[in-house]
Amino acid sequence: MSGIRVNGRSGGRARPGGGFELAVWYLMRLTGLGLFVLALSHFLITHVLYDPANQNASFISDRWANLAVRTADWLMLAFVCFHAFMGLRTIVGDYTRGGLRTTLTMGLYLIAIVLFFMGTIAIIAVPNVLPAAA
Amino acid sequence: MLFRYRGSEGMLAWAFHRISGLAIWVFIVLHVFDIWLSGANPKLYDDLLVIYASPIGRVGEMLLGAALLYHALNGLRIVIMDFWPAMTRWHRQMWYASWAAFAVVGLPVAYFILKPIWGG
Repeated sequence: MSGIRVNGRSGGRARPGGGFELAVWYLMRLTGLGLFVLALSHFLITHVLYDPANQNASFISDRWANLAVRTADWLMLAFVCFHAFMGLRTIVGDYTRGGLRTTLTMGLYLIAIVLFFMGTIAIIAVPNVLPAAA
Repeated sequence: MLFRYRGSEGMLAWAFHRISGLAIWVFIVLHVFDIWLSGANPKLYDDLLVIYASPIGRVGEMLLGAALLYHALNGLRIVIMDFWPAMTRWHRQMWYASWAAFAVVGLPVAYFILKPIWGG
């Protein structure tokens, strides 16, 4: 990819012709819409409805005692690991060339995968949850 | 780089989208790490939360919320134009509408986040 075309009006990336880049283009919009709901409601709950001054590690495990909340949070993790890192990849693609671009892009993929696993471990292994399979 | 792109509102919408996206990315890296800490080292996580709930932490939290809200609203505007090209005609009006929604939603949220600083 040599320089990513931008839609002059929306400021969004112009729709690529096909293949991997087109799939990324669609997935950016799909995860974006998902995050519109997930991330905004998450922010509203954890920053407004519950003040951070009243939160601690057990606040999280209490929250995750609810399997639906845990599933939603994991979905948000998966979406954000794609959306945020593919977004950064667009920026890297715009401002760097050649070997530097390749290195930074691979670095982004690596951090995204590491974070995805760290977040997944946190969600699965959170203490005192495994809601009594009943 | 920022100003090489032609246009006015469209260019600003693009620049803000990029800057807010970058800022959110930085916080996401920190945030997934701190959530991992909440399981791996709950004591350290609780200490970190004290920083989040401090006055400086609250200002950062408000800025994060502003970046998130702008990015979400302008992202919606991009998606609308991508899948309904006729709306591109109204790209400027939609940008102003997103700022109106930003103010209506963002100002009360900012108030609730910052309130504890002055003991509310």
